[in-house]
Amino acid sequence: MAKRDRLSGNEAVAIALRQINPDVFPAFPITPSTEIPQYFASFAANGEVDTEFIPVESEHSSMSAAIGASAAGARALTATSSCGLAYMWEELYIAASNRLPLALALVNRALSGPININCDHSDSMGARDSGWIQVYAENNQEAYDNMVQAFRISEHPDVKLPIMVCQDGFITSHAVENIELLEDEEVKGFVGEYEPEHFLLNPACPMAVGPYSVSDYYLEAKRSQAEGMRHAERVVLEVAKGFEALSGRKYGLFEAYRLEDADRAVVMIGSAAGTTKDAIDELRKKGEKVGLLKIRLFRPFPADAVADALKNVKAVAVMDRAEGYTNHGGPLGADVMSALFRAGSNALAVNIIYGLGGRDVRVEDMEQVFADLKTMIEKQDAGETYRYMGIRE
Amino acid sequence: MRKHTEIRWHGRGGQGAKTAALLLADVAFQTGKYVQGFPEYGPERMGAPITAYNRISDTVIRVHSNIYDPQYVVVVDESLLEAVDVTSGLKEDGAILINTERTREEILPHLKGYKGNVYVIDAKKISMAALGKYFPNTPLLAAIVKVAGIMEKDVFLREMQASFRHKFASKPEVIEGNMKALEMAFEEVC
Repeated sequence: MAKRDRLSGNEAVAIALRQINPDVFPAFPITPSTEIPQYFASFAANGEVDTEFIPVESEHSSMSAAIGASAAGARALTATSSCGLAYMWEELYIAASNRLPLALALVNRALSGPININCDHSDSMGARDSGWIQVYAENNQEAYDNMVQAFRISEHPDVKLPIMVCQDGFITSHAVENIELLEDEEVKGFVGEYEPEHFLLNPACPMAVGPYSVSDYYLEAKRSQAEGMRHAERVVLEVAKGFEALSGRKYGLFEAYRLEDADRAVVMIGSAAGTTKDAIDELRKKGEKVGLLKIRLFRPFPADAVADALKNVKAVAVMDRAEGYTNHGGPLGADVMSALFRAGSNALAVNIIYGLGGRDVRVEDMEQVFADLKTMIEKQDAGETYRYMGIRE
Repeated sequence: MRKHTEIRWHGRGGQGAKTAALLLADVAFQTGKYVQGFPEYGPERMGAPITAYNRISDTVIRVHSNIYDPQYVVVVDESLLEAVDVTSGLKEDGAILINTERTREEILPHLKGYKGNVYVIDAKKISMAALGKYFPNTPLLAAIVKVAGIMEKDVFLREMQASFRHKFASKPEVIEGNMKALEMAFEEVC
């Protein structure tokens, strides 16, 4: 039985974690993710979970403790944002390369500088090559649902990789919105008990975690990591199917919104997708064929499926909430362009940097993006392919 | 009440504008609506101007932008009338609600010719009488619920009682005063 409620994105994720009842949760606070461990600490203090909640002195330590717990055989996670993620950098690679299934509730926030507490995706985008699975949410509901699905994906024997469950700082983390929650027992049943195959606290099978790898083995170790990532796409879909049977809510690698007959499309990640849907509905009323592809799974990147979903569009705007400093666009732009190129697409494509440091995205902004795409089709010229939305000169 | 209502709150850090917006979302949710309540932070510090927003709708809310053309504006601190363009985008068939000791006539010249309805309420007087302390957000919450016609008084008070019992579980002694402040504000604003 679903329960209707109204919660902020942070509270929703904290409730998902209470329902999951993980073994170990080390945490260090940073805006705007602080509320997740804060709510969870109350659950732990009130005996609503039997998790070992460890307040540590830094994010370097919170991720290290999560890694240690996971290596020992526990289900572990932590939460952070922005510079907190940056401070975990070394550990991110250690978690992934040791094939440790653990989760990170990431509340996306701009990296300094200039110092800023608001949303963009520069923190998680910087970690895109660290070997973590990354899923993103449009709203509090998706943040909750992704958290419930996270450990099933991460712990799958064919995957065994850590997972980053991302939502937009303040925009969803601090906004109270309607949500449907699953019953505690439903979540417990869905997530199940974690039974690691190999773990440090297993006297029957002594092992080492994280030893030095000589050049003769390193390449194979990295290739085996990539193999886990290869399976992740299929496992994400399998877990989503099970989740749909439980909740009635359908998830995929991405969401295609009114894309089927669209001649113009926007590709983006996160909360601005909801705003874009409102723009699309307005334009559709005027007979304009516009649609959206909202990325849910960014790592691994579902290139073939994305290119296939965009095969009929004449023009596409890929929206990046992070800079790449390549002089031609951001990280999502690079992945989508490469997917389109591999598929032999001849769509006109631009990459637009938007919303950095929490710059607001309005319905009118997205209507303008679609209008610009229309001009591109009329002129049969993409013009400047690397743009900034709403920049003041 | 309208099918889709948008409200913008102007306050200063520490006055509870964000909390009021979240409580309004809470109480409107209880009437079966789709709701949004969210803050916009600048530099986080006591006394700095902050904005908070509410959307209350009969249909699912997907938009995640700030509110630029609200139906209603609530001004928690009247010193903001000089510092912030509080009537920016405010609809002429909407209303502005201002916390002030001054009269409506005294406030009007500070509203840049705004032609919609103007309501004033002395939240300080109410808060001091009901709570013995100055918390402007409680009276303003009741006042905007009445001005925007979000729900009937008795339903509102019943839902707020439940909400306060949850919010003030560790200090139940403040519930009565807060309820009194809501009731007084609901009566006073007109």
